[in-house]
Amino acid sequence: MAAIAQPRVTGGPRRFARRGGFGFLVAAIVVWSLFPFVWEMITSFEPDKDLSRFAPQWLPIPGGTLQHYRNVFVAKNFAPYIVNSVIVDVSATAVALVFAGLAAYSLARLPMRGKGLVLGLVLAVSMFPQISIVTPLYEIMIRLHLLDTYTGLSGVYIGLALPLMVYILWGHFRAIPRELDEAAKIDGAGPLRTFWSVIIPVALPGVVPAALLGFIASWNELLLALSFTTSPAHQTIPVGIANFTGLYSIPWGDMAAASVVVTLPLVVLVLIFQKRIVEGVTAGAIKG
Amino acid sequence: MGVPRVLATRSWRQSLTPVILIVPMLASLLAVSLYPVLRTIWLGFRNTSLAIQGDKFTGLANARRLTHDAIFWKAWRQTIEFTAISTLVETLLGLLIALALYKKFRGRGLVRAAVLVPWAIPTVVTSRMFGWLFDQGGVVNYLLVTLHIVRLPVNFLGSTTLALPTLMLADIWKTTPFMALLLLAGLQTIQPSLAEAARIDGASTWRYFSRVRLPLLMPTLLIAALLRALDAFRVFDLPYVVTGGGPASSTETMSTYAYKTLFSGLQLGYGSTMATAMFVTEALIAGAFGLFIVRRMRQEG
Repeated sequence: MAAIAQPRVTGGPRRFARRGGFGFLVAAIVVWSLFPFVWEMITSFEPDKDLSRFAPQWLPIPGGTLQHYRNVFVAKNFAPYIVNSVIVDVSATAVALVFAGLAAYSLARLPMRGKGLVLGLVLAVSMFPQISIVTPLYEIMIRLHLLDTYTGLSGVYIGLALPLMVYILWGHFRAIPRELDEAAKIDGAGPLRTFWSVIIPVALPGVVPAALLGFIASWNELLLALSFTTSPAHQTIPVGIANFTGLYSIPWGDMAAASVVVTLPLVVLVLIFQKRIVEGVTAGAIKG
Repeated sequence: MGVPRVLATRSWRQSLTPVILIVPMLASLLAVSLYPVLRTIWLGFRNTSLAIQGDKFTGLANARRLTHDAIFWKAWRQTIEFTAISTLVETLLGLLIALALYKKFRGRGLVRAAVLVPWAIPTVVTSRMFGWLFDQGGVVNYLLVTLHIVRLPVNFLGSTTLALPTLMLADIWKTTPFMALLLLAGLQTIQPSLAEAARIDGASTWRYFSRVRLPLLMPTLLIAALLRALDAFRVFDLPYVVTGGGPASSTETMSTYAYKTLFSGLQLGYGSTMATAMFVTEALIAGAFGLFIVRRMRQEG
């Protein structure tokens, strides 16, 4: 009995220290990841007089206020930015998803020459810095009267989301067994019908992250939105937040409230689809 | 005679379908990316300006002007510095987080979810958050003063030496999770039987990591680092929102400086030369990095 217990006793403290160290590491990771946003949430509920003091109020429990949220929606009229973002980003994501889906299907499943060239082009395009496309697009928009319109910005965002979507979907489509296509063909289905009724349902785990990543990319985009929208009637959330300034001092509280409002839906979305996103991204990056 | 014709049209249709399916995507990329990039390169050789109504071919005049533009070279250096340091730290930190999350422990799912939060936050919001955290009256300064690390609050974002590192920190915070997830996925493709074999052979944890895991993870790690570097190189939102490129151009990046030249200076020609210079630098980074990756992979077979 004693002989069996012996190693446990000597191994005990070391193992305990090791586990403690690991627990500390995990805790540090969680705090590092969450603190800035949690702090932003706390800030959004604290009255200005508490925010201007050097010693922070750690919790807004006594004396919390919704004033900043009221300021954001009433005084600063922030709601239109949100509406604009939703219109531009949802439409861009939907169209890009259709374009990317068709292209990825063709590249992954159908016989064609020059596939490598097309994929290389898609990859190269994804590396272009936004600043190197902004001027010509600006010229085009002026010529086509698309400056400061939903259509103009949404059209640009389609192109922006495409490369990543094509790569994610291509990775997923390739992984589907060929026998499914053959079976559909024998049943008399054409390529489009096969795509819609066979490939899409099977590849759905790849479609979700492709759509979500495309949407997030548009939702976060600043440089092009700043360049192609000129009035609050069409400006998106990032522009609204970037232009957020006060008359006399920086309105940290209002800014925090606006930040929380535009970020919380995204955080919730990402947490819901956490697994799918990780799988989708890694399928694109590692298999590809 | 009728039968071969039907067959011919059939195969013609069959070979046309795949092409038709990629046309919408190609057309979008052509209109929104490829044509604009080529046109930008072309504009770089002209003196096109909206301020003085010029639009003539001036050859290398812009390029010559660029070589003497001190702020541009400052921005160039700072962009490279930002890219190199952020990418390096993000890769190392991402690796650490990936190794921690690879282990099975209670609540791992929740920790993984928590790690994704920074990644889900728009960069503009991250910028505002770090502006507030590192403000002179912000919580970071409060902690530093209370813990007696500094005597007086530090003006992080108003200092020519500290502003850029503060922006790097914000970038590291936001993008490390993505790195960690890519590396975690890479770790999970490594056969668990290898760990078992190493344990039986009596290899230490460090030896197993450095001799087995790290080499197997290398391709994923290098590709993830390349993607990150290319993204960091374009950094625009952080300096634009937090510091506006200041103080004294100490956080100016190539994107912010080119943007100012284009949209505040209205010098479309000169701004395009800058954008082209940036594009070329990025292509060189991608090319060199890509070559390195390919070589390494060849060496390992």
